Amino acid sequence: MYNPQLNKDGELSHLLSIEGLPQRILTQILDTAESFMEVSARDVKKVPLLRGKSVFNLFFENSTRTRTTFEIAAKRLSADVINLDINKSSTAKGETLLDTIDNLVAMHANLFVVRHASSGAPYLIAEHLQRIGRDDVHVVNAGDGRHAHPTQGLLDMYTIRHYKKDFTQLRVAIVGDILHSRVARSDIHALTTLGVPEVRAVGPETLLPKHLDKLGVHVFHNMEEGIRDCDVIIMLRLQNERMNGALLPSAGEYFRHYGLTPQKLALAKPDAIVMHPGPMNRGVEIHSAVADGPQAVILPQVTFGIAVRMAVMSIVAGN
Amino acid sequence: MNIEIRNGRVIDPQNATDRLATLFIADGRIAALGEAPAGFVATQSIDATGCVVCPGLIDLAARLNSIEAELAAAVAGGVTSLVVPPDADPPLDEPELADRLVHRGAEIGKARVLPLGALTLGLKGERLAELAGLKKAGCVAFSQAMVPVVDTEALLRAMEYAATFDFAVWLQPQDYWLARNGIAHEGEVASRLGLAGIPVAAETIAIATIVQLVRDTGCRVHLTRLSSAAGVALVQRAQHEELPVTFDIGIHHLLLTENDIGFFDPHARFSPPLRAQGDRQALSNAAASGLAAICSDHTPVGADDKLLPFGEAKPGATGLEVLLPLTLKWAAAAGVELPQALARLTAAPARILGLADHHLLPGAVADVCVFDPAAEWQLTADSLRSRGKNSPWLGHVLSGKVRTTLVGGRIVYAA
Amino acid sequence: MPPLPNPLPDAEAQCRHLADLLRPQLHRRPALVGIYSGGAWIASRLCELLGLDEEIGLIDVSFYRDDFAEKGLHPQVKPTLIPFDVEGRHIVLVDDVLYTGRTTRAAINELFDYGRPASVGLAVLADRGGRELPVAPSLCVWEVSLADSENLVLDKTEDGCLQWRLEHV
Repeated sequence: MYNPQLNKDGELSHLLSIEGLPQRILTQILDTAESFMEVSARDVKKVPLLRGKSVFNLFFENSTRTRTTFEIAAKRLSADVINLDINKSSTAKGETLLDTIDNLVAMHANLFVVRHASSGAPYLIAEHLQRIGRDDVHVVNAGDGRHAHPTQGLLDMYTIRHYKKDFTQLRVAIVGDILHSRVARSDIHALTTLGVPEVRAVGPETLLPKHLDKLGVHVFHNMEEGIRDCDVIIMLRLQNERMNGALLPSAGEYFRHYGLTPQKLALAKPDAIVMHPGPMNRGVEIHSAVADGPQAVILPQVTFGIAVRMAVMSIVAGN
Repeated sequence: MNIEIRNGRVIDPQNATDRLATLFIADGRIAALGEAPAGFVATQSIDATGCVVCPGLIDLAARLNSIEAELAAAVAGGVTSLVVPPDADPPLDEPELADRLVHRGAEIGKARVLPLGALTLGLKGERLAELAGLKKAGCVAFSQAMVPVVDTEALLRAMEYAATFDFAVWLQPQDYWLARNGIAHEGEVASRLGLAGIPVAAETIAIATIVQLVRDTGCRVHLTRLSSAAGVALVQRAQHEELPVTFDIGIHHLLLTENDIGFFDPHARFSPPLRAQGDRQALSNAAASGLAAICSDHTPVGADDKLLPFGEAKPGATGLEVLLPLTLKWAAAAGVELPQALARLTAAPARILGLADHHLLPGAVADVCVFDPAAEWQLTADSLRSRGKNSPWLGHVLSGKVRTTLVGGRIVYAA
Repeated sequence: MPPLPNPLPDAEAQCRHLADLLRPQLHRRPALVGIYSGGAWIASRLCELLGLDEEIGLIDVSFYRDDFAEKGLHPQVKPTLIPFDVEGRHIVLVDDVLYTGRTTRAAINELFDYGRPASVGLAVLADRGGRELPVAPSLCVWEVSLADSENLVLDKTEDGCLQWRLEHV
């Protein structure tokens, strides 16, 4: 099947979504990231791989955190990094997304890291680059709407592999606002591609997308049942705007039912790890005792994230 | 001017005619079929060997952003009459605007322009427009286009008022609240791609409300662009009750599903959204069994409004020039015979509009389409006369090409 | 350079020979760094033969190659592991075959990102000529001439023996 992320040799030319990527490519990214973990531990945390290349961080939606991790990753690959926070004003001037891309391509951009509020925006850019014959320019999706956040999905997989070694024996629960979560979608595709036999989605019906079963996910409305005997618990951030309205009555009621407390965590396997893509809402989706506890691997996730983003950028830039 | 169209396969769905014959036209009307009337001397003769000769197509929904180009596109697609929804800029809510549109259409002299008047001022769903005045200016019925009447009381009053004068009301059944944030069918594809969903209930709730108000008011209602199996079932039930309810289906909804969104293809963004395979099948069955008219829902959208992320792109596709070939494509896939397929584009919309003489018997106004059903052509931006180059079928090879179109006995298009 | 002998020489014997060449330098406490994958095997063999008590370093030069623009990233990159402080040490890079010299250049660059060694030597089993950079081995067991279409590949057999194989490309 046609996949706009792959070049004619079937190699990764853009990273737009985990969906549709073969296991071979996911494993290659994770393996390469392991080598970059070693680079990040050196005194000189830099390799000359992308020397002379220009990486444009195109953030149509603010996210200092994600942008910073991509910036660090690109700099450790010796690339030149240009950060563009494109707010509504340039759109108000009448410049379209693709106008912006054309302009930056004319400035010899080699790689775009794109964050956009609309699902699918990075696809539009990748297809445009193909249309104008610039297969030497690459796109990495840094989060598009509710659709995908593939580097977050990959760093989650790196974290799971680091602590659990083998994917094929795991029970993984994703808890919270799956409906609006691009992280959850990327995690689900990555977990199923890497052979995790049981992926669970836990949350109230208002925060679960329809037809999740078609993605190979088991749905639980009760958190105690949902995380019982799990090896990995991925907590999702609950955005403020979801807390008080038609989706949920209050942050307090949400926490009582779906917040991860030490008591609930005790139902998972004793060596279960707790992950969170950050930033956390303490007391809303996660209790501080869990967030700061021995089973939380939330800070290692951040460290792994740099290596994973270095791996992704160096692989796509070379294809 | 006397015109003869020789040796075509004449299909007149309304009169169950389907035979090889010559059609004679005199003084803008059909003069005879088969034998030339006494004393007939053709001033122009059209060879229709290998072609189908049928009544001109009636398109129940076509937006005319640039009227000259779109009316030229219409006749190039065999469409001789088209219904224009009132959601133009400004909305068609004053008799003067309707009058101007009708006159401009007549001046251009290609396809006939049948405007729908706005049911409420500015399509705001609050105050009634001057329906009788609009009717007098040429509006064939009244509509809110894609804008729902949120206030159910306002809808009830509008239907009561329309019923008073026996005006038909055309409504897009879509619940405002359930549809307002959505951009795709709430199904598997939207869940996977992270697109906000529009549930089928948005359609069924609106239909249920409208049907109840029809029951109470007796207002004649035409439901536009049905999208779901459940919606079709509800309308069929109302029809069994012999309520005055008709419906149409956009041609793209007969051929495409949510899966055609692929990787966020903005050309597959429609309103109402493309739904699941089961919905498409139910729509196809309804069209095949003759319950519905098929329309193009022609919506020319400029490239700048389509080359956007899926959720920001304007919905809709160009339709006038692909209505016929896409209907033939649907008919072939659904196993529908050519006369039945053409009935969905001619007799069925004529009945909805109350046009009695849209056929090929002597005396009828000579709106005629001559097309080669086997001729293949590739759909490209350049092949379209319409300003709207937006189509999910760009690059596809379609079969069925219009050779000649006549409106009122005048040749308005010849390939 | 002499042509290719048939059969190919015994790689294990060559390792012993290379160990003998390195032995006079042991007073400087040389630190061995093997270049993946063949060089890593040879370095660990040298470590055994010379009875060194220090863990060897392993280097994968993928991130430092000069052909990234043409070939992209190698699909199987291994982590570089330098388990000692490079600063002020006498380093001996170990590789199986010296050819264009580009791998050696990349390895030296990578090494310098760990610190400033006192010296860097290069020990190889085979030197096949064809240099594109001013690089020469400091220790070499076998000089051999190969056609451009030929490649010498060092394999590790199931029982752990090193063995040469000729590959035609």
